[in-house]
Amino acid sequence: MKETYRKGIIHTNTEISPNIYELVLEGDFHGRPGQFYMLRGWEELDPFLPRPISIADIDSGKIKFLYEVRGRGTHIISKLKKGHSLSLLGPLGNGFDVKVEGKIALITGGIGIAPMLYLAKQLSGEVHIYSGFRNNAYFLDQIRPYVKAVNIATENGSVGHKGFVTDLFDPKDFDLVYACGPIPMLELVINMCKGITPVYVSMENHMACGIGACLGCTIQTIRGMERVCKEGPVFKGEEVVLND
Amino acid sequence: MTKVDILGVELKNPIIAASGTFGFGREFDEYFPIEKLGAISTKGLTLNKREGNKGIRIYETASGLMNSIGLQNPGVKGFIEDDLPFLEDKDVVILANLGGSTIDEYLEGIELLNNTSIDFIELNISCPNVKEGGMAFGIKCSTAELVVSEAKKVSKKPLIVKLSPNAENIQEMAYSCVEAGADGLSLVNTFNALAIDIYKRKPVFENVTAGLSGPCIKPIALRMVYEVSKVVNVPIIGIGGIISWKDAIEFIMAGATAVQVGSGNFIKPDITMDIINGIEDYMRQEGIKSLEEIRGII
Repeated sequence: MKETYRKGIIHTNTEISPNIYELVLEGDFHGRPGQFYMLRGWEELDPFLPRPISIADIDSGKIKFLYEVRGRGTHIISKLKKGHSLSLLGPLGNGFDVKVEGKIALITGGIGIAPMLYLAKQLSGEVHIYSGFRNNAYFLDQIRPYVKAVNIATENGSVGHKGFVTDLFDPKDFDLVYACGPIPMLELVINMCKGITPVYVSMENHMACGIGACLGCTIQTIRGMERVCKEGPVFKGEEVVLND
Repeated sequence: MTKVDILGVELKNPIIAASGTFGFGREFDEYFPIEKLGAISTKGLTLNKREGNKGIRIYETASGLMNSIGLQNPGVKGFIEDDLPFLEDKDVVILANLGGSTIDEYLEGIELLNNTSIDFIELNISCPNVKEGGMAFGIKCSTAELVVSEAKKVSKKPLIVKLSPNAENIQEMAYSCVEAGADGLSLVNTFNALAIDIYKRKPVFENVTAGLSGPCIKPIALRMVYEVSKVVNVPIIGIGGIISWKDAIEFIMAGATAVQVGSGNFIKPDITMDIINGIEDYMRQEGIKSLEEIRGII
């Protein structure tokens, strides 16, 4: 039997950039890069649903999540302090394949950077990361030791290239691409890589159960509707149907 | 102790996993043995496979959620071939939930299900999210009577009709369905509801409206079960925002023989086990030997 919701005790819950929090919980948690947990930081029935948050790192008895405050659920979680507990279900979903070789590009937009530290740590090839942000860059200092090169773009030009991260990246330079971020960015990355480099994208969607039962988080793929929480969140780029 | 009887079929306890929230049980069987449930109502089936709705399908509301899944399902044949064998291996009572857009579709679906091991057909005349879902049949008594009476003619399985809270008058609807041959009733399905994205200045859901469920609807669902129990003499399965054993007991006191747990499955995969344990503890504390003692006492 899989373990149902269990408690995690908060070690730290820090705002590392405006509205972006790093949450570290104590406990023997496991999971692969790209997998996620459902988090519930309240006892009450409201908010009703838990929140899907991807694993940012697992190391020596601690699990790390990086999340953006977007609504009431993440707002409540952001107010929790050291010693508070929250409920977790996971790990869920398929995750990225780390048994790959060659030159690998990680492409992220905004909070899509969340799974990349844990992923970079487990990849053995030459890894380059391309991260785009609206205003402020974050989390890259932690990723830097595990990658060959860091490329940054911000929409306002405050850090790195002014513009989109896709301006910086050439799929011909890589054997494999992993991407996580907003849909328009993923769509662009998939199109850029078409016929050149295999690309895998981590998708997100509104979720209710997180375990594959409610069919609320499905996306269109070439095989039909598939569940982000179960068949995903990582999909082969060419299999995702985005523009219908 | 918690056993209940529905139309001659014994359920280990009154807790049934509600259609559309439990798939065909596979995902939940990884978290607890689904055989411990009183019964399982399958994901809503239609005669033919459906891909479901596009756009946002799930939207959280205060103490509940709206959904517009659109009956994504493998079709009755797909269910019989790929999903029923899994459930048959489990010692659990099965309700096959069946929707349709025409009476013929319902009847063809029933004929296919007649030759299987399922225990009940739960006739869905109440899915609000697709015109094929049958809600058109669940608003007016005259159309509901028509589909139920035709379904009853061909069904070899006990027929439980799942009512919509959107019916014009829930008591009249329940009475009409029983007169037309329903062996039992389950109620309620989701409430037709609306959410608006004020920045996009358009409805959240592509279908404009969607079905509301969860604890926010419980008091209304409970009232409807209570009212229906006063006008019919068939078993009633209560549904609507049940997430605790106390909720379940309330529905039983309001007249339900069994209850279904739906949205609650999303907040904890094994919430039904907590509910069953809670009912057992309550019965022990209160010296209740059979749920019959408290059924419909309100």
